[in-house]
Amino acid sequence: MATTDHRGSEIERWERETFGAAPERDAPFSTMSGEPIKPLYTAADLPADADASIGLPGEYPFTRGVYGSMYRGRLWTMRQFAGFGTAAETNRRFRYLLDHGQTGLSTAFDMPSLMGYDSDHPRSLGEVGREGVAVDSLEDMETLFSGIPLDEVTVSMTINAPAAIMLAFYVVAAERQGIGPERLGGTIQTDILKEYIAQKEWCFPVDPAMRLVGDMIEWCSSHMPRWHPVSISGYHIREAGSTAAQELAFTLKDGLTYVEQAVARGLDVDDFAPRLSFFFNAHIDFFEEIAKYRAARRIWARELRDTFGARKPESWRMRFHTQTAGVSLTAQQPLNNIVRTAIEALAGVLGGTQSLHTNSFDEALALPTEEAVRVALRTQQVIAEETGVANTIDPLGGSYFVEALTDRMEEQAYAYFERIDQLGGMVEAVKRGFPQHEIADAAFRYQQEVEAGVRKVVGVNAYTEGDDRETEILRIDPAFEVDQVQRVRSLRERRDSERVTAAVDALVEAARDPSHNLMPLLVEAARAEATEGEIVSGLQAVFGSYREAPVF
Amino acid sequence: MPAASEKKIRVVVAKPGLDGHDRGAKIIARALRDAGMEVIYTGLHQTPEQIVETVIQEDADAVGLSILSGAHMTLVPRVMELLREQGADDVVVTLGGTIPSEDVKELKELGVAEVFTPGASTQEAVDFIRGAVRS
Repeated sequence: MATTDHRGSEIERWERETFGAAPERDAPFSTMSGEPIKPLYTAADLPADADASIGLPGEYPFTRGVYGSMYRGRLWTMRQFAGFGTAAETNRRFRYLLDHGQTGLSTAFDMPSLMGYDSDHPRSLGEVGREGVAVDSLEDMETLFSGIPLDEVTVSMTINAPAAIMLAFYVVAAERQGIGPERLGGTIQTDILKEYIAQKEWCFPVDPAMRLVGDMIEWCSSHMPRWHPVSISGYHIREAGSTAAQELAFTLKDGLTYVEQAVARGLDVDDFAPRLSFFFNAHIDFFEEIAKYRAARRIWARELRDTFGARKPESWRMRFHTQTAGVSLTAQQPLNNIVRTAIEALAGVLGGTQSLHTNSFDEALALPTEEAVRVALRTQQVIAEETGVANTIDPLGGSYFVEALTDRMEEQAYAYFERIDQLGGMVEAVKRGFPQHEIADAAFRYQQEVEAGVRKVVGVNAYTEGDDRETEILRIDPAFEVDQVQRVRSLRERRDSERVTAAVDALVEAARDPSHNLMPLLVEAARAEATEGEIVSGLQAVFGSYREAPVF
Repeated sequence: MPAASEKKIRVVVAKPGLDGHDRGAKIIARALRDAGMEVIYTGLHQTPEQIVETVIQEDADAVGLSILSGAHMTLVPRVMELLREQGADDVVVTLGGTIPSEDVKELKELGVAEVFTPGASTQEAVDFIRGAVRS
């Protein structure tokens, strides 16, 4: 077309004469994921069918946002991930955060809880309450949310392999508050595929683990209409070292795999898809992240509508939570992390996230202190109240650069989808270690760039002069472990052990039949006060356990 | 790089406890291998007993422990104790992870040769292990 040619030659002229008049500085000029960036983007970089492919907020393909009014209607939820020590301790931190203006809760569990061990299991020694809160039983779940009205506050729980068990504990804890499951709003992470890929928290082999995910999606679709039974996650994939395109591709492919499996068990896609949710990283390469979220929305909408035939617009909407990149934080000059987190949070907001967690400046060293987490929360509040970025929807829409990058991310994602399909789908790809290898390679490449000084990290390989005063960090009191061990042991003595045995036996028996939805029996086991460890061991007798083949 | 006549340094890279953060351990393992060392990566979720058994079976010169779960003050002393009990306390023990500075002091007093905290480079780890093993 004449106009394009004219524009094209104009840009060439500009590049040669005006831009080229002075030398470029010595820098990679690529995103941190390795995507080369041009000096200038112009109208020539917009898609040919810009109006259709970009669209309008709240309408297919949702590039500009999942809702019609976005932050004009309601700001994103400020949802800080929290948890350490015992349930009582974390309940205190939850209340501190709510008092300081947080609008939703997010629960971090400790390693034993994440891996399905009770606090008094030999493998739990030294680990109880360190990375999150220890929850062994219904009683702990009740204490965790004591004084918090579960029909008014939405709660997210970051737990995957034993998610079905924790959901059962949560449902019964709410029951004891007089609240039925249909009134509960929130999310449970459940995304087991990304565990094998990146977060590495598992109890069972892949296939039975996928069955549990299906059971949860199915049961929640009829019992918990306000609940998100899965939070399909890229955060951890990115933290493990993937590029932005890999994070995007692997996350969406995981999601599409859950949809496939749910449909294969006979569910109507429109019955569960509206309740699927996502969770992405907000890393430090600002525009790449914004493009990633926009591409994600467009891809998901297209796949759900066109590949799966979902008819409800609610099924096409990719709603997501964002967390700023833990892995971008430095132990050197920790106050700089406040800056990093602020910029990353801004990317999440400009990318249209539905909820946001901002890391604290001390998190390269430890779990956050109260002071540090307050600053992190205030970061979101400053963005929301002072910067004006929430005054209009998708302010970067139509930006030549952002739209071009969005298109590029989408292309890269589809290239990965094809490779994964060639391997036989995501489950097969995971079993063969494909995403794990891609991630390890990307992580190594990035580390080499940093060590070669090609990628600058302020305070680490650039501007290393000076350090902040010794940062006071949160220390986990070893008394928490002692208390928790006592708690779970005392529970086992107090409860009706016959009822527990009967409940766990019934569950284990049902587990042998892959078509038997285990949620109702899990709820029964929760009511009987079976511990998490007891339930997991029972299920492992049928499902087996998982050991990753170590590769580097 | 070691001379052709020198035996390759044998290093076990291990993930003790329930911690699943393996990005760093895998990078270190690769870097040590690229530097000419023989690397045995144990994979995740190893007990101290399993790690020490591997160290002894593999006749390792050094072991690199990686812990980002906060459980290091339980797991590392246990590894040190087992190495001593089994007469393998000439093995160079290094640790990487989210280790607060007060703990670094205590761990070194227990015999950990070096602790690599966030921001440390693979080259530092390679150089240290090579230096410590050869001395």
